[in-house]
Amino acid sequence: MLASWKSYLSMDVTPGEAGSQLWATVYIIAIVLGISLAVIAMNWLERKILAHMQVRLGPMRVGPHGLLQPLADALKLLIKEDIIPANADKLVFWSAPVVVTMTAFITFLVVPFGRTHAVTDMNIGVLFMLGLSSLGVLGIIMAGWSSNSHYPLIGSLRSSAQMVSYEVAMGLAIVCAVLLTSLPTGTGTLSMIGIVEAQNAQRTWFVFKFFPLGFLAFMVFAIAMIAETNRAPFDLPEAESELVAGFHTEYSGFRWSLFFLAEYSAMLAVSSIAVTLWLGGWLRPFANTLGGPGWDLAFSLVPGLSFLAMAAGCFLGAMRMPKIVQMRAQALGLGAFGALLALLGLVLLASGVRQRVQDIFWFVAKVACFMYLYIWYRGTFPRYRFDQLMRVGWKVLLPLGLGVLIATAIVGARQELGAAIMRVVR
Amino acid sequence: MSPVATPVFFYGLSITAIVFAVAVITRRNAVHAALSLIGTLVSLAGLYLMLYAPFVAAVQIVLYAGGIMVLFLFVIMLVNLDQNLRQIQFNRQWVVGLIAALALGGLLLFVIRQGKEIFPLAYSAALPEAANTQQIGIALYGHYMLAFEIASLLLLVAMVGAVVMAKKRI
Repeated sequence: MLASWKSYLSMDVTPGEAGSQLWATVYIIAIVLGISLAVIAMNWLERKILAHMQVRLGPMRVGPHGLLQPLADALKLLIKEDIIPANADKLVFWSAPVVVTMTAFITFLVVPFGRTHAVTDMNIGVLFMLGLSSLGVLGIIMAGWSSNSHYPLIGSLRSSAQMVSYEVAMGLAIVCAVLLTSLPTGTGTLSMIGIVEAQNAQRTWFVFKFFPLGFLAFMVFAIAMIAETNRAPFDLPEAESELVAGFHTEYSGFRWSLFFLAEYSAMLAVSSIAVTLWLGGWLRPFANTLGGPGWDLAFSLVPGLSFLAMAAGCFLGAMRMPKIVQMRAQALGLGAFGALLALLGLVLLASGVRQRVQDIFWFVAKVACFMYLYIWYRGTFPRYRFDQLMRVGWKVLLPLGLGVLIATAIVGARQELGAAIMRVVR
Repeated sequence: MSPVATPVFFYGLSITAIVFAVAVITRRNAVHAALSLIGTLVSLAGLYLMLYAPFVAAVQIVLYAGGIMVLFLFVIMLVNLDQNLRQIQFNRQWVVGLIAALALGGLLLFVIRQGKEIFPLAYSAALPEAANTQQIGIALYGHYMLAFEIASLLLLVAMVGAVVMAKKRI
């Protein structure tokens, strides 16, 4: 019993590959908790960042600087009345949020937070995640149809048509990246860990490979993934001024929170795909140009130092609170939160923890950049009209994706041909 | 990795597939029938996984359950079938149908029991599943290249036909 717990420290593959059910279960629980925490954090971050972009403050009352606002939202959603429309198809109405949430969570089975920090490594990892996104589309169709109401039906049809259209562009961009994994050895791989290992072996992130081809493929995927998750500027199917709330109009309370959870989990999942395929996954920045033990040490201190910087920000905010009695609780709360972050930062600075955790930190930092970009786009771009949206998906991204694929294949084959000729000459 | 609980998964997935397939042809509501077909397809994908063909399973879900069935559901929802739900369905040829179904079932059973030599490319199940994608790629673009090109030409014809029929002015 103790041996299986201690075997964790000597594992150099993922728990799924090692066949260890115990650690796979632990990882699954950790990932589910982590996604829930990330969705809660995204809720707060979205409201605060959008507010600051619009020169206002956002939630400030519920906790210090609105930090407890997501908990208040969750509580409100849990205690709301559960209304089902008349003549709604009860079984399908009940199961639509379940389908969408389950597919969004299951995609995280193959997301690699580090070489050993994934639940398992399937040899069809990327295809698995794409397939689950496709199943999520079915959940949206079920939701819209079973509500027995006009706005949800139109919203779900538009939403699913948009998602299916942009899945084609996403697929082409993914094929470009998978093609790049086959360059040195002649055998590519669809597994997520294999793709990051290929970037490590080729000493370059795929976004910089064969510049600008890798970058163009990355941009095609980055645009398609925003349309895939129905976020601004592609959020016509669920914008309030257009279709009330699209396919989740008739869902209230807990059911709506499941859709919300699924949407943000899907955002995290496609950002994970983008980070794994193009941005080097868990590899630290400048692994080649700034290599060597000194730089390795410096970069491994970054997680702890970043948490300490966040803690310092919290203490600064606590000191700047108004010095009146009513704000004392908030100041103390913010100080306590800052102390928690500082403790976490100190734990991350410890030497043994640094080695295991820095992969996870870099992966999460890159995904967090994508989340910030999602919020930035929402605060900046006007919405696409639906026919413009479909035009962009089919007439712009699809030809661009095909062109990048052909160009990547030609340049890659030329490189391989040149290398083979060099070997023969020598 | 060695397989675990194979009979449980095989019988479970097979029973699920059959139950959903029966639901497809017995449901009165067309959307329920389409959703049951999705259940069948996902169970079949599980059976493909048990045959050490992960690529085929993933492609089944991406294309069939996630693409073609979405198309089915679009069409069902855009064609308002409410009045069909309220009509009484009847079928006067059920005797002939029963005889034909029994004859076909008997033929299938006979082939399964006696006809193992019909399938020449009998790969053993010990094929490592890591090679599934590569094997399919090599076979598709090598030995079966002509069939692949003909299939893509067929899809092109279908696409052009759909666009031509949907345009207002050609």
